[in-house]
Amino acid sequence: MSPATATRDAVRVPVAKPAPGRRSHRQGGWTPWLYLAPALAVLGALLVYPIYQLGLISFLEYTQAQVSGGEPTSFQGLGNYSALFSDSQFWSVLLATVVFAAACVLSTLAVGCALAVLLTRVRALPRLALMLAALGAWATPAITGSTVWMFLFDPDFGPVNRVLGLGDHSWTYGRYSAFLLVLLEVVWCSFPFVMVTVYAGIRAIPGEVLEAAALDGASQWRIWRSVMVPMLRPILTVVTIQSVIWDFKVFTQIYVMTNGGGIAGQNLVLNVYAYQKAFASSQYSLGSAIGVVMLLILLAATLVYLRVLRGRGEEL
Amino acid sequence: MSSVRVLVGFVRVRRPGRLAAEAGALVAAVVVAFPLYWMVLSAFKPAGEVQSAHPRPWTLSPSLDSFRRVFTQQDFGRYFLNSLVVAGSVVLLSALIAFLAATAVTRFRFRFRTTLLIMFLVAQMVPVEALTIPLFFLMRDLGQLNTLGSLILPHLAFSLPFAIWMLRGFVKGVPVALEEAAALDGASRTRFLWQILFPLVFPGLVATSVFSFIAAWNDFLFAKSFIISDTSQSTLPMALLVFFKPDENDWGGIMAASTVMTLPVLVFFVLVQRRLVSGVGGAVK
Repeated sequence: MSPATATRDAVRVPVAKPAPGRRSHRQGGWTPWLYLAPALAVLGALLVYPIYQLGLISFLEYTQAQVSGGEPTSFQGLGNYSALFSDSQFWSVLLATVVFAAACVLSTLAVGCALAVLLTRVRALPRLALMLAALGAWATPAITGSTVWMFLFDPDFGPVNRVLGLGDHSWTYGRYSAFLLVLLEVVWCSFPFVMVTVYAGIRAIPGEVLEAAALDGASQWRIWRSVMVPMLRPILTVVTIQSVIWDFKVFTQIYVMTNGGGIAGQNLVLNVYAYQKAFASSQYSLGSAIGVVMLLILLAATLVYLRVLRGRGEEL
Repeated sequence: MSSVRVLVGFVRVRRPGRLAAEAGALVAAVVVAFPLYWMVLSAFKPAGEVQSAHPRPWTLSPSLDSFRRVFTQQDFGRYFLNSLVVAGSVVLLSALIAFLAATAVTRFRFRFRTTLLIMFLVAQMVPVEALTIPLFFLMRDLGQLNTLGSLILPHLAFSLPFAIWMLRGFVKGVPVALEEAAALDGASRTRFLWQILFPLVFPGLVATSVFSFIAAWNDFLFAKSFIISDTSQSTLPMALLVFFKPDENDWGGIMAASTVMTLPVLVFFVLVQRRLVSGVGGAVK
């Protein structure tokens, strides 16, 4: 929260207190619920209810036969989960998802922060150039970004292999090089958010602080470590958690660039895995169980996020 | 004092240091912009130059052949229109609904207010893709499969929590004194809402809309899962995937279609760029 809003909130309370009539005006009885009604209706029907259904399906036997109504659904208890947890592919996909998301988050943060610092050290023209380029990458839809990066690294016609002299080396053939290719695309389209936000944060640091550090002979790295990071901590935390949430859910890039999860599923991440289980092999209940696992993991991330917000004493 | 300033300026931006930084920034800008440049370039290259083992970073004979292939592709105009309808409906509906909800949670104190806000935050974390399965059944039961409604409704639901969360900052920014003055002047609450608050928050609404627009415009999963048999209801990403062929991808067509798909978002983005940056800052603070 900015100091300005904090002050205003502090001011508002004593102003509102002495006039009881105004207090009831602000409470408004049913009015807030009237305003909230459309949002709650949409979210209830299309978010809460499907989550409930997801949980439900994960406890049922639900395959093509049940979908077409040929067989009745039967309760499986934790059967789907025990099938999932005893499948070694699930664990390797889970591990790949965590490692891949972590690599994406770290790379995105490193690139975004480095370029944000760089932006503060250049004149208007180079800054505008980098800002515009980043805005372009930010605006690119995930699907077109994926196709363009595939083309850049295409073994036959792509410029990257020509420049690096790699001949017709296929980037999507090997597991790690395919993940690397997807990682590059993900970083490309998600670093602008980090860069723009951190840059705005650095600009909000009083210039004297940075000048004093520079006068004391601190290197740029030292200024970043010892001055900027402590002052930017709230922004960095939010940006990190936002990135974790996005990168853990990467779907389109993997699906398009590795053609649905790579050769023999070597590039599957949980999201794509759940989709493939459900829609490619009609194991809807297994797909739902994977979805529930994902939901729980992201819920844990959310709780950390909320703790951080509360730790900072932010009023919601 | 002024001598200190000069000294500070001197220490902070030593010439070679700044030149190196500026060179670095320009290189970074070129690298970041390169994929987009290559996309547009390849879209305008004649077929022989796109599918060439020695691609050149320029073309001397730009051609519209690839675009022609894209636009004459069966129903492409229709796909484009469908995408516009979906994204447009999501943007309008979510802006209206989120505006009302954001007003409720910032302008009123009521029970469960904090709980609701936390729910809106949690809702942003829900992985959309995981819900494809139950949403598929829901859309089937509602008879919405193969209609644009099956794309509009879920995107509306998924864009709302973030839109509310972000708009909150903009609504908060309108001074309470203004509301009190309006009440004193005899304006009803509804009148204040639509004739005073709405125009003031409008720039924020536009910034928020970018995110709803992009999410709906980019959607590929729902279009693939819910539009299963009636291709006249398909959206742009499906038109793009047509050019991927098992034997040989038509890269010229793919790049042209990608360009057509990226352009509207890019224009939207550049138009609201300033609002976007301050809006994200506000949402993050």
